[in-house]
Amino acid sequence: MSEVTTVKVQAPPPELARQPLVLNNHSFAWISDKISGLVEGKTQKWWWPAFIISASVMLMMFSCIAYLISTGVGVWGLNQPVGWAWDITNFVFWIGIGHAGTLISAILFLLRQKWRTSINRAAEAMTLFAVVCAGIFPVIHTGRIWFALYPGFLIPFPNSNSIWPQFRSPLLWDVFAVSTYGTVSLLFWYVGLVPDLATLRDRAITKGRKFFYGLFALGWTGSNRHWSNYEKAYLILAGVSTPLVLSVHSIVSFDFAVSQVPGWHTTIFPPYFVAGAIFSGFGMVLTLLVPLRTLCKLEDVITVRHVELMCKVILATGSIVGYAYAMEFFIAWYGGNPYEKYAFMNRAFGPYWWAYWTMISCNVISPHLFWFKWCRTRMWFVFLVSIVVNIGMWFERFVIIVTSLHRDYLPSSWSYFKPSWVDICTFIGSFGLFCTLFLLFMRFLPMIAIAEVKGVTAQADPHHPAGGAKGEHH
Amino acid sequence: MTPQSQMQTVTGHPILSRPYALIAEFSTPADAIRAAEKIRDAGFRKWDVHTPFAVHGMDAAMGLKNSKVGWFSFFGGLTGLATGMSMIWFMNGFDYQIVVGGKPLFSPLYAFPVSYELTILFASFATFFALFGLNRLPRLHHPLLRSRRFVQATHDKFIVVIETADPKYSEAQTRALLEACGADQIEMVEET
Repeated sequence: MSEVTTVKVQAPPPELARQPLVLNNHSFAWISDKISGLVEGKTQKWWWPAFIISASVMLMMFSCIAYLISTGVGVWGLNQPVGWAWDITNFVFWIGIGHAGTLISAILFLLRQKWRTSINRAAEAMTLFAVVCAGIFPVIHTGRIWFALYPGFLIPFPNSNSIWPQFRSPLLWDVFAVSTYGTVSLLFWYVGLVPDLATLRDRAITKGRKFFYGLFALGWTGSNRHWSNYEKAYLILAGVSTPLVLSVHSIVSFDFAVSQVPGWHTTIFPPYFVAGAIFSGFGMVLTLLVPLRTLCKLEDVITVRHVELMCKVILATGSIVGYAYAMEFFIAWYGGNPYEKYAFMNRAFGPYWWAYWTMISCNVISPHLFWFKWCRTRMWFVFLVSIVVNIGMWFERFVIIVTSLHRDYLPSSWSYFKPSWVDICTFIGSFGLFCTLFLLFMRFLPMIAIAEVKGVTAQADPHHPAGGAKGEHH
Repeated sequence: MTPQSQMQTVTGHPILSRPYALIAEFSTPADAIRAAEKIRDAGFRKWDVHTPFAVHGMDAAMGLKNSKVGWFSFFGGLTGLATGMSMIWFMNGFDYQIVVGGKPLFSPLYAFPVSYELTILFASFATFFALFGLNRLPRLHHPLLRSRRFVQATHDKFIVVIETADPKYSEAQTRALLEACGADQIEMVEET
């Protein structure tokens, strides 16, 4: 460091200059104050009505579940041959929602996409809450749920009958995939939270906050010797979460693909399900964050550029999903299997034609609006499309599950599935649970990764003049 | 001011004890890196830089070696794979044999999905516990957290800490070194 050489770096031409990830050149202190302020400040006016509505809807779900367990699965509309209906549709829908969180936190981290820092915390929380919602449905659909929860039937445990689960079944793989996914997502989320909890602890002015944030911050002091291990651990968690997230929805798709049912028995399912999951998950991230960035005045942290980039992910994954729909049809014709051919013609033009065309218009047509910058930069428009994507992806699972089942090999048992009020209220109620958990999260925990957002600003870069660089090389 | 009132820290607790560390505050990451390089070259051992976020290049400036967390993850993952394979062999291939479609009682292929998930699960737990174990956390109390200046390290300041327990430490010389590094503020933190 003895000789200081001046290196002149020319500014890039304006058309190549990137918009900064935090607008208006805010300081580190502003970032801490802004995001911690959401937790420390007064409850916003809209929060209580939102919370009361969500919690009531959540209670509706719990009442429906209590009614289901005390009465039996006959309260649902499903029957032979439609033995899986809204329950498994809802399971696949929610578990798919979760995938965007892990994509943002893990895959975009490995790809060095720095814009992820503004949205990863909220997206990871969304993942956890979606997995909670997803986990409810396969457990309650077993009817006598004490058998599903009793150790030894799903979770291997030496029980008095000395029987073990059957590991050749994709349904059991699913148990391991989903529970691993939930656990690893929680660890990853918590590791990311620790430095921010320390920030909240050090800012705390009440004893309660100091105690609780202090307890969960685990004594973090921002030591660089700790950061060194932290960065490595974060990288490894991102590295193991990436194959995890790809495997989870692949295994969910095996629940269908490994069976012999026409319309399910296809090899395209794993990649098609993973793309669909990311597509629906980004839809949900936008549904949550587009209103929240306005309500919480976070426009400088979750910028229009962030929203645009998410729209582009929706465009890319939506195109993959559209391609998969087309390829399924092509293979049904090209494969020459008459049952397969019938299943697909029946899907598009049979009694559930309305569900199929809802799915096509929501998932195949709507994402292509995002080719236009006008559509990507109008927040109300992005919000509307994100809702349409969510609806479309729910219908996708409904179409796959119900249309494939309602015409089985025995025409005498063909029927038309209609949901009962319990089906409908349980599903709507799961949104109540999801929103309640998310509202609690955003009230008590920093919904944006404070330390990570600081780290991607110009003043955090020791080679940038804003970071104190004096033109020397390190 | 009476001598008694001088014996108070900023937080108002009475001082019962000895100096713990000299802390120096910097306001930009580049300043902290330049200081870290000087302190590293001066041969200190019990020192650290506390920053609001992971500063790129600080590990090299402090002369830290590559983190060992990866080894724990690797062996954790290996344990998970072995656990999955041997568990499934024991349960379906040995202890409770079920013949399905005349297929072999055990095959690593059908055992793979669950073993794969367990590999990831065990690797993640190993990483998590290695991270906090190697950092000697959780720690519910730290002498540095008593200093109002120090806690700015999780807000917007970059704090270099040299412990008095360091063999190279001497109050006057270390303070002079930190001043030469261009520290904005220097403060002695006491340990109770």
